[in-house]
Amino acid sequence: MILYILRRILTMIPTLFLISVLVFVIIELPPGDYFESYVAELKALGEQADLTEVELLRERYGFDQPQYVRYLRWAGGMLHGDFGYSFEYRLPVNEVVGDRLWLTVVLSTVTILFTWLIAFPVGIYSATHQYSWGDYGLTFLGLLGLAVPNFMLALVMMFFANLWFGISIGNLMDAEFLNQPMSWQKAQSILSHIWIPVIIIGTAGTAAMIRRLRANLLDELQKPYVITARAKGLAPGKVLRKYPLRMALNFFISDIGSILPALISGAEVTAIVMSLETTGPMLIRALQSQDMYLAGSFLMFLACLTVLGILVSDIALALLDPRIRLGGGAAK
Amino acid sequence: MKQVPVRHDGLPAPGAPMPHFVSDHPFDPNSGEGAGGGMGEASQLRLMWWQFRRHRIAVVSLVFLTVMYAMILVAEFLAPYHQDTRNLDQIYAPPQQVHLFHDGTLVGPFVYGRTQTLNMDEMRRIYTEDRTRVQPLRFLCKGDPYRFWGMIDADRHLVCPAEGGDLFLLGTDRLGRDVLSRIIYGARISLTIGILGVAMSFALGIVIGGLAGYHGGWFDAVTQRVIEVLQSIPSIPLWMALAAVIPVSWSPILVYLGITVILGLLEWTGLARAVRSKLLSLREEDYVLAARLMGAGSARIIGRHMVPGFMSHLIASATLTIPGMILGETALSFLGIGLRAPITSWGILLTEARSVNIIALYPWLMLPVVPVILVILAFNFLGDGLRDAADPYR
Repeated sequence: MILYILRRILTMIPTLFLISVLVFVIIELPPGDYFESYVAELKALGEQADLTEVELLRERYGFDQPQYVRYLRWAGGMLHGDFGYSFEYRLPVNEVVGDRLWLTVVLSTVTILFTWLIAFPVGIYSATHQYSWGDYGLTFLGLLGLAVPNFMLALVMMFFANLWFGISIGNLMDAEFLNQPMSWQKAQSILSHIWIPVIIIGTAGTAAMIRRLRANLLDELQKPYVITARAKGLAPGKVLRKYPLRMALNFFISDIGSILPALISGAEVTAIVMSLETTGPMLIRALQSQDMYLAGSFLMFLACLTVLGILVSDIALALLDPRIRLGGGAAK
Repeated sequence: MKQVPVRHDGLPAPGAPMPHFVSDHPFDPNSGEGAGGGMGEASQLRLMWWQFRRHRIAVVSLVFLTVMYAMILVAEFLAPYHQDTRNLDQIYAPPQQVHLFHDGTLVGPFVYGRTQTLNMDEMRRIYTEDRTRVQPLRFLCKGDPYRFWGMIDADRHLVCPAEGGDLFLLGTDRLGRDVLSRIIYGARISLTIGILGVAMSFALGIVIGGLAGYHGGWFDAVTQRVIEVLQSIPSIPLWMALAAVIPVSWSPILVYLGITVILGLLEWTGLARAVRSKLLSLREEDYVLAARLMGAGSARIIGRHMVPGFMSHLIASATLTIPGMILGETALSFLGIGLRAPITSWGILLTEARSVNIIALYPWLMLPVVPVILVILAFNFLGDGLRDAADPYR
């Protein structure tokens, strides 16, 4: 088992390396760099650009050097926890992002827990009562959650929360806690605000998970061993608990890998609409202004978050299913 | 031949020899199996169709989607206005109601005319219905000119307002453009983007996933890494990053193609993964071994023996991918980094309803979300039905 985990962690290294290359290529793709557009903008405004400062920054971040050197500097810096320099905010990226990364992690984790809590019982009910009214109703509700675009749901919920409760829910915490160090009151404020984004982001993931749990459980329920178990007189609930559910649980665990990126995607869009203090709004701003280190760090961070999530799900899956941890080495 | 004594119930007497009876009717060896509804001789496709028909909502969804896609072909004819026609005296006008009776007499479908006043306190336009001006709708009438399929000049519409009247069934936006017409025009972009994208990712997914799952080895290892990389970057931020790369100077059509390619190139991973994992488990089945022993090549084993085995899973994933792409386009356009203004898609239309204020004042600008929801629901139900139908032997 330890060997399996070790091997699994080792395979993460090339993955992370490839991701960093991909992210670097993407943020390098737009023609020109931040300084060019910055100087051009200043000139358009009729101001004298402070070229010495610009030259200094250019040199410091290797813009006068070939791209692979810049990549190595960027990737090397990240290993030391130096994510580069945000040109727009004129601060190191570390200082710009502040709490945002942690809030993203908190938001994603809470949303996943919410998704599980809802999806698990609903999925089981839908599969065992296939084609009943309950199945249709719940499936329809879930699908509705999948079909409504996150940003519209966010807007509508903001509107109604404002109308009915008179609260502004456009943030993740009360205004006085912004840029404050973490404290008990701040945590409470976040908790009281977090549920609306969690519901909005969770709807799509929940629906997808219900569907897949239902589909997989249905596949299992059709298999002969279930008939055998039933034929020898096991109570229906026990049949379900003892065999098909455990098989379907595999899919459920491995689903984290596919749900997590979708969740984070939804979280980004929702965060932009609701201007939450997570990575979303800053990422889109950085992408639009070609603030490449900031955008790159965010993309890198989100990718690492999902890679870690997938790692956790793989390990959990190996714990659950001996075929995976024993067969993994033999098949390769 | 000696007459056999026959009992009154038609059987020979005890001990007497049985008469040899041969029916002279033509013999049909399959006739016995026909009793089961013809299951025995129906082809796989036929069985699937029978199974599919039993999923009522899926059938309804299929019809709905067919109608929607057919609408794309004649969008110009169906829309009462051209998508860019501005009605400067009808800015932010609310939806009009179609009436049938005026003062208790049947007029046929008509709308009442409206007068606009400015409320200077709230700085907004107020539209009041003028119950004296009856504006009957015209059908198959001449209206805004358009170029049908970009080739034929025409000006026929299915329905248009009365001469000098207005017909804004779903209201107008900030430039006085008819929301209904724009939704109909927008369907062309929003509906095709998902199909093009999914076609691309389907081909990539089956080929790459099939090769990786069947052959394993280094190809599988490399594919796994690539898939893991692509999947572990959340799609929307990645789309955002790639969409931000598309130069502003590109023409709308190029942007549209670019977005389609971005959507397709990043979505094949899910399908490839599904294909691969199913192939890995199916590879060990006895019938695959049997096929290999009989000398079938890998293409035949994959295509003929394995693909039918996991078609259900594949179709469920593929149909879930299309709505994902439609939603992706909508989200990107809404955030202002997807398609851009001259193009009309549902996402572009929704950008009009960007803030809470607009939703409070002009709620009808959110209406483009209705077709989005309906189409996505329909694709999901269709996928459900197809999934059940792909395995008809249950």
